[in-house]
Amino acid sequence: MTAVPDSSFAMALGRPRSLNPTKMFGRIFVYGCLVVLAALFLAPLASMVMTSLKSMEEIRSGTLLSVPQAPTIEAWASVWNSACISVACGGLQGYFGNSFLIAVPATLISVGLGALNGYVFSTWRFRGDNVLFGLILFGCFIPLQIVLIPMAGLLGMLGLAGTIPGLVLVHVVYGVCFTTMFFRNYFVTVPAEIFKAARVDGAGFWAIFFRILLPISWPIVMVSIIWQFTGVWNDFLFGVSFAAGSSQPITVAVNNLVNTSTGTKAYNEDMAAAMIAALPTIVIYVAAGRYFLRGLMAGAVKG
Amino acid sequence: MTPSKRLQAALPAFVLSPSLAAIAICVYGFIAYTALLSFTGSKMFARFDFVGLRQYERLFDNPRWITAVENMAIFGGLYVVVATCLGLYIAILIDQKIRLEGVFRAIFLYPMALSFVVTGVIWQWLLNPGLGLEHMVRSLGWQSFTFQWLVDPDWAIYTIVIAGVWQVAGFVMALFLAGLRGVDTEILRAARIDGAPIHKVYTRIVIPALRPVFLTAFVIEAHLAIKSYDLVVALTKGGPGVSTELPSTFMYSMTFTRNELGVGAASATVMLTSLAAIIVPYLYAELRDDRRA
Repeated sequence: MTAVPDSSFAMALGRPRSLNPTKMFGRIFVYGCLVVLAALFLAPLASMVMTSLKSMEEIRSGTLLSVPQAPTIEAWASVWNSACISVACGGLQGYFGNSFLIAVPATLISVGLGALNGYVFSTWRFRGDNVLFGLILFGCFIPLQIVLIPMAGLLGMLGLAGTIPGLVLVHVVYGVCFTTMFFRNYFVTVPAEIFKAARVDGAGFWAIFFRILLPISWPIVMVSIIWQFTGVWNDFLFGVSFAAGSSQPITVAVNNLVNTSTGTKAYNEDMAAAMIAALPTIVIYVAAGRYFLRGLMAGAVKG
Repeated sequence: MTPSKRLQAALPAFVLSPSLAAIAICVYGFIAYTALLSFTGSKMFARFDFVGLRQYERLFDNPRWITAVENMAIFGGLYVVVATCLGLYIAILIDQKIRLEGVFRAIFLYPMALSFVVTGVIWQWLLNPGLGLEHMVRSLGWQSFTFQWLVDPDWAIYTIVIAGVWQVAGFVMALFLAGLRGVDTEILRAARIDGAPIHKVYTRIVIPALRPVFLTAFVIEAHLAIKSYDLVVALTKGGPGVSTELPSTFMYSMTFTRNELGVGAASATVMLTSLAAIIVPYLYAELRDDRRA
């Protein structure tokens, strides 16, 4: 992870050749602050992992951050295979699968549509295109509560209420606003001369898109895929509003497991369930986070 | 124009049309529908018997909604201010030409990959009064330490601020870091040569130059705060009592469990209007700048 080294402000100030006491103190202060903050940011994750590997007796005798003395994956096995979520006792595995069945198609469709829309908005200018683009942008920012009631009605009318295809549709519709914005903002940075030359050479609408733009747009494709996949995977509001029983996504199942259980709280199981729900998106960030950051930095902050 | 040429000319519109139709219906059509519904007496099902502003009067007469709005002010205000300051501070630290920059960045950013549900479940564990933070500090020797915010109606809302800030601060850091890397380094070098102390360089030159980033960060944070629903559901379930109710949780329970569709629609409309008051001027300015460029 060594992206954006470019023109650090600190570099502009000049790196001290020999450290005098003041500068030395400065370096210690900077690293000290960073290490303390990093520890604070990591502690919840550490506690989550360690608690998920403890038995309930050990949780009662230990503390948040005590290392498990007798690590066990019992809590993981139980929430994956046999934990009861409302009335069904098949564990989280089915819901984990549901989230993939929702997130993968929703991501692919919305990124594909967003790429095409962004291409039209950036290259094939027409009267009123900016207003139209503004209306799409506004769609990114609406509080989704405003669409819950009519969307429930529409899904019912289409016969998709409580189904996975219904959730895919909902995520595509509201995801397209974001992907269109990402691609349009990326494509407008491509010099117009390239398109002019391509059109003079006789390239049509599709040839320009597939042969010229797509090959250079993998950074924004990565950003869009990561954004959409994590957004859909992490969604709770649509899942809890529009999915029923066995078609619910993992976030809804985890919340049901944690917050509706009766009797004493099994914190080891809560943490194992949270880990299972978090793993796919954490893996994506570890594997591809730097592309995301780089793309975001290029697109999100202007000037 | 030959038929094939005409087809080519119509292609862009053809490509856009499915998305535009979907957005026209599912964003603007639905906004109109919900707004319309908020002027009707709908209970369990949508009915179009118009009652004027009755539902809005009922909404603002409802003490639960007032609590939700007050909580929004506390949560939203603290969330925006703390996340912005912390994000900026971390970004400045990381911009000091440090070693292992990538590792530090990843550590601050990873909470952003988690869902609000996961964040809520984690912090519910960390802050639980029995075995959580209180227990840990006491076992370190500070026997009288108490930390009961999660179960204290007056303090529970602040646990949501803590969890929310933990999740978003890294993202804000990334925004500011990108901004810092864009600050004109020549001016800074000149200021240093002139003998300006480092904190003055930051307060007088760097931070003012980051004004657009502050705006972007504010808009994103405000948007997240007003939408925030899952975090409250997973962390406190709106409780103890209704002490951590937010407009989003209020809207959901009125609509889906209390059979008060009209009140739910009215609350959603108020939420949209407040957010639009922040977003629309921002988008307008962004697009206008875009065209000039």
